[in-house]
Amino acid sequence: MGRNVLLIEDEPNIIEAIRFILSRDGWSVMTHSDGRNAYQAVCQRKPDLVILDVMLPGRSGFDILQDIRADEALAGVPVLMLTAKGQSKDRDMAGLLGASKFMTKPFSNAEVLAAVRELAGS
Amino acid sequence: MASSHMTGSRIRERRLVLGMRQSDLAKAVGISPSYLNLIEHNRRRIGGKLLVDLARTLEVEASLLTEGAEAALLEELREAAAGNAEARDELARIDEFAGRFPGWAQLLAEKHRRVGELERIVETLTDRMTHDPFLSASLHEVLSTVTAIRSTAAILADTEDLDRDWQIRFHRNLRDESQRLAEGAQALVSYLDDNSADASQQQSPREEVEAFLQRHEFHFAELEGRPGNVEAILAGGVELTTPAARDMARRHLERYVQDAQILPLETFAEAAQQMQLDPGRLAQHFATDPGMVFRRLAALPEDKLPVRVGLVICDGSGALTFRRPLPGFALPRFGAACPLWPLYQALSRPMAPIRAVIEQPARPPQRFLTFALCQPVRMSGFGGPQVLEAAMLILPDLSEGAEQTQLVGTSCRICPRESCPARREPSILSAGI
Repeated sequence: MGRNVLLIEDEPNIIEAIRFILSRDGWSVMTHSDGRNAYQAVCQRKPDLVILDVMLPGRSGFDILQDIRADEALAGVPVLMLTAKGQSKDRDMAGLLGASKFMTKPFSNAEVLAAVRELAGS
Repeated sequence: MASSHMTGSRIRERRLVLGMRQSDLAKAVGISPSYLNLIEHNRRRIGGKLLVDLARTLEVEASLLTEGAEAALLEELREAAAGNAEARDELARIDEFAGRFPGWAQLLAEKHRRVGELERIVETLTDRMTHDPFLSASLHEVLSTVTAIRSTAAILADTEDLDRDWQIRFHRNLRDESQRLAEGAQALVSYLDDNSADASQQQSPREEVEAFLQRHEFHFAELEGRPGNVEAILAGGVELTTPAARDMARRHLERYVQDAQILPLETFAEAAQQMQLDPGRLAQHFATDPGMVFRRLAALPEDKLPVRVGLVICDGSGALTFRRPLPGFALPRFGAACPLWPLYQALSRPMAPIRAVIEQPARPPQRFLTFALCQPVRMSGFGGPQVLEAAMLILPDLSEGAEQTQLVGTSCRICPRESCPARREPSILSAGI
């Protein structure tokens, strides 16, 4: 599996931190911040892994996830969902819509790394 | 006067307190001990001379033995017994309980009321946590900021060979994010602070308005005869702790002023006496609508009324928006009332006046003469929504049972009329209670 990750997140300082840790782990990190055309970004950039925030401007991460999973070309791409609402119903929703993993903010750098490595290895 | 069902228990209790034997008491009032025994076990109802004699012998006021406040207390105890199997099994002995242990019974009723109030606070708070968009957005903001700080701080602390440019950049991010966190946390705290007053109070705005109106006995002399100062009265409304309650009270008073101008106190009170509170005749006489007559009757001071009156008003959804209680007429504290009330019959037939004698289940059954009418309140223009309001005036029934009565209740849960076709949920009362 390749080492290209697309981070879909709107908080600039979270983007910067995640980009930094993943880059140091050997990943090439692309970023995208707008919910409305996030799905198109995934189609164009064809990442090996997607990190997707739930609360995005313009469009919910759940909707974007649904589009990704409905797309046969993207069916095998692992998606790591990030959310600030760790409620079980969000977790259930993510699982139902086909998220590969689900992480609650605030997460630690080590957790992100471990999750990304796990998804890449699977 | 017919005595209540608990009178016997009270007589027995009082006799035992005095250490008097049943036979001695019977002898003193000139009845057989076995008859007294029946009375004491509430198997015989008594009144008149015998009651007076018993009271004198027992050295208490006769009214103490027949106290009328017990009906409300019993109602509350029944409500408290809801959902408790053991208590339900003993519902048949509720009179005995309240009669023999009035203090404990009062305490239980009070605690039950308090639990109800607290449950409502919890509901309000839960509702706020779940649906409050500000709280939800703030928490999201705080969590996002914390995430950025945690991540950035970890990079700074754990990356040994971090070059100077990155260091500067992450330090700056850290400073920005902590600033943002401080602001977010502060906004959250002040928001929760603002709301703590709401949270600690035990009443809904509607209840606050009711407490406010009750303190004034539903009458505002300052608003009679001249355009009084509504704001000044509101300023004295210590019960009105929330903007919502104040707003509701203001609307009530503004309507009061309008009503008072069309139906001036003295003239109206005199006509009301003359026409024996007949709202139909009064409305005709003053060429106004019966709804306004209802409200004016419920706003008259008691010395201007031959009998006490009660009034309930509901909106198109059936929610009670105004209640002036009438002693003996049981109103539900929370939730929906009895669908058989003429109030709701009126709601389904706007503009059709309804006059009905109704009977609530109690011992003895309580009868009331009611007048109900549903009218549109605001004309929002053709094509706009039609806003309806129904009102029911409640008077004591003076017909002595001569009129046909409709059987109604208070609310299903505490209503003993098991086979009622309008029943919405099972009663907690077992048959025959």
